[in-house]
Amino acid sequence: MAKFQDLKTAVAENLHDGDMVAFEGFTHLIPHAAAHEAIRQGRKDLTLVRMTPDVIYDQMIGMGMAKKLVFSYAGNPGVGLLRRLRDAVENGWPNRPEVEEHSHAAMANAYEAGASGLPCAIFRGYLGAGLEQVNPNIKRVACPFTGEMLAAVPSVRPDVTFIHAQKADRKGNVLVEGIIGIQKEAVLAAKRAVVTVEEIVENFDDVHPNACILPRWTVTAICEVPGGAHPSYAHGYYDRDNKSYLDWDKIAAERNSFQAWMQDNVLNAGPQDFAGRVEHLRSAK
Amino acid sequence: MSDLGFTPDEMMTIAAARALKNDDVCFVGIGAPSAACNVARLTHAPDITLIYESGTIGTAPDVLPLSIGDGELCDTAVTTVSVPEMFRYWLQGSRVTIGFLGAAQLDKFGNINTTVIGDYDTPKTRLPGGGGAPEIASSSGEIYITMKQTKRGMVDKIDFFTSFGHGTGGKDRENLGIKTKGPTLLITDLAIWKPDPETKEFTVVSMHPGVTREQVQETCGWPVKFADQVEVTPAPDETELKTLRDLQARTKAAHEGTGRGKNKFGSQRDG
Repeated sequence: MAKFQDLKTAVAENLHDGDMVAFEGFTHLIPHAAAHEAIRQGRKDLTLVRMTPDVIYDQMIGMGMAKKLVFSYAGNPGVGLLRRLRDAVENGWPNRPEVEEHSHAAMANAYEAGASGLPCAIFRGYLGAGLEQVNPNIKRVACPFTGEMLAAVPSVRPDVTFIHAQKADRKGNVLVEGIIGIQKEAVLAAKRAVVTVEEIVENFDDVHPNACILPRWTVTAICEVPGGAHPSYAHGYYDRDNKSYLDWDKIAAERNSFQAWMQDNVLNAGPQDFAGRVEHLRSAK
Repeated sequence: MSDLGFTPDEMMTIAAARALKNDDVCFVGIGAPSAACNVARLTHAPDITLIYESGTIGTAPDVLPLSIGDGELCDTAVTTVSVPEMFRYWLQGSRVTIGFLGAAQLDKFGNINTTVIGDYDTPKTRLPGGGGAPEIASSSGEIYITMKQTKRGMVDKIDFFTSFGHGTGGKDRENLGIKTKGPTLLITDLAIWKPDPETKEFTVVSMHPGVTREQVQETCGWPVKFADQVEVTPAPDETELKTLRDLQARTKAAHEGTGRGKNKFGSQRDG
């Protein structure tokens, strides 16, 4: 049953060294505040799962928290490459994480299989693709009815998933709107789920009957962190801070500028700082 | 700008836009394909269905998205579905007629690399990876590719098969059990290419106005084959150019800002 907690407590209780953890969000509602709290708490030896590792994964990798990466597209969306990830994979700085690379279709199916309680996902994929040669977790299975050779990958079952959402109600139910990505599956696939939200409202009586709602008993902890997705966006609350993504490319280019930025903006900051960062991005509702 | 009144980039985008039809269902890659698809929608193909992998189906953005998941894609879409649904029902379910991809590295059979330069385990450059491309390439009815010609980009041998085009040519695709057509069109800043019906090697069928065979060869890493009859691509007309330039101007204005409001605080401390 969902507990209302402050983010520091929720991260301390739910994320442990060595965990497999997903901070999910597909270009929208990226849980930046939660990732920054994990960085401040200095978690290590993590297996970081994410379809689209972007700036927060670049930050966690650069801070040496990643033992392994499981992903399908590692880029700064709309900008280019991830400099810290490159430095780690190409030069081993600060360490060289193990890489398990998939396609989006595979990762999406793997989360769905995790949420479905299945050991693996089966889909039509990787035909002629090079990843099948370098990733031993991509296998083939014959359809028992037609004989068609399909792709199989293990399901993703994180120890803990972090997502950011628009709202929770007083009971702890969570509403996700807009580009909903893979959040529902990532929460249902995980043993524990921590959700940061823009606001807590009285009830969801006014939402659409088919809205994407995670019932309170599927969520471990809820933390109210306005602006917690910045510089990503929260549909209906504030716009994407495109300039921050462009700036990140320069900040992350050098180890020194990266470390200085992390000190100022993450290690010496807190969840309460996010609200101010989105003030100029708020859209008329 | 050349004295032709348009740039090679503009010609590329407009030639790519022309290839799309009003009844196409197009899975849009980010970058050059996104511009082409939206120019098509704003000119001759108003009812084209544009799909971005973030789950937005039938989207009609006013500005080009910086990422494939910008809020405007969702605001203007017919519907927005989850990512697993996107890949299972819509792509794997054969609903997509055209997959429109860009490429970091491309070979003459339309195989694409966006994964690594150099060896996979010890890469010289670690690129973002495939994302949706491996299954877009095999599940879309056919594949259009658009990219600027450079010797670094159009290579004899790609370092990694991120997504499969025609493999080593001929019936390679069929032999792997892939039932879709694969790459049927390549639009560059210099020419339009189509695969040879037998060998599947990309062949120049049309060169853009003012472009020479030498220019096409100098910017391509394999010996270029030209069709028996090479056409001249019709130059962009006024409407096409205006549509593209207006779209790019709106996009630039939107991306230089940080949203609808003003950024009072600068961004150095934003994280």
